[in-house]
Amino acid sequence: MRVKIHVTLKEGVLDPQGKAIQKSLGALGFKSVSDVRMGKYFEVELREGLSKAEAEKELVEMCEKLFANVTIEQYSFAIE
Amino acid sequence: MKFGIVVFPGSNCDRDCHYAVQEVLGGEASWIWHGERSVGAVDAVILPGGFSYGDYLRAGAIASSSPVMDAVASFAERGGIVIGICNGFQILCEAGLLPGVLLPNNSVQFRCEQTTLLVTNINTPFTELYYREEVIRMPIAHGMGNYFVPEEAANQLEEKHQVVFRYVNEKGETTPESNPNGSVQNIAGVCNERGNVLGLMPHPERACEEWMGSDDGLRIFASMSRALGSRRK
Repeated sequence: MRVKIHVTLKEGVLDPQGKAIQKSLGALGFKSVSDVRMGKYFEVELREGLSKAEAEKELVEMCEKLFANVTIEQYSFAIE
Repeated sequence: MKFGIVVFPGSNCDRDCHYAVQEVLGGEASWIWHGERSVGAVDAVILPGGFSYGDYLRAGAIASSSPVMDAVASFAERGGIVIGICNGFQILCEAGLLPGVLLPNNSVQFRCEQTTLLVTNINTPFTELYYREEVIRMPIAHGMGNYFVPEEAANQLEEKHQVVFRYVNEKGETTPESNPNGSVQNIAGVCNERGNVLGLMPHPERACEEWMGSDDGLRIFASMSRALGSRRK
């Protein structure tokens, strides 16, 4: 079972890397960009046979303990 | 007085800390491997600077789940004195032993320079040999030292006297120019509520003899040594 996890910075948390990318886009002539926020994407393979409820429970724990630092980040995941 | 220095894959200030506490301070130092499940017979634990696990995921995130971190947590729980320097600070935050998190510097640049700091709390086992509101100098060397806590939590840190060091100018004033990385309220170092766990981005071990440009950092290790000595009496 494949899971796609997105981790993004919470609103209000400064994202200097996103700002630097935004600036570069401006330098490249992309005038339409008004903001860039950078995040992380993970693909996780879980063993087959796990129920959806079990998988969700484990994934929440994984996200809270490792994939995201919930002080600054929020997460979402999609089970395929 | 025995300091245990934790070594993670990618630690690179471990030997500098060893030098500071053993050669300069005259204490005893030993290594604690990251895979250990006990910190052993030590009086204090140092989490040194470096780039544990190449800063993968987030600085300190992978190291914070090492077996030794459970041992460090129970050592702190028993009242043991723990200091995290630079990457060590990042690891303590990721492990939940200290509040907050270290974000990339607001400049997006690695900053390696001397900084001027205000000692804002001298009632800790790490700072009892400083004067109240003393202005000191210690260098920084980091890309992710931008200390962040939500505003409400930052105010709580202030109220509970958990802010130990702030970046300031030569006059001891907290200004935007003296903040090298964008840290909330110019915070350079914080301790836990109980006061026995400290994390700071500046490097005291790189400021422990005059030829290094400053010896102001040595008093952190000397304070720890003294605090432990008086506990024994």
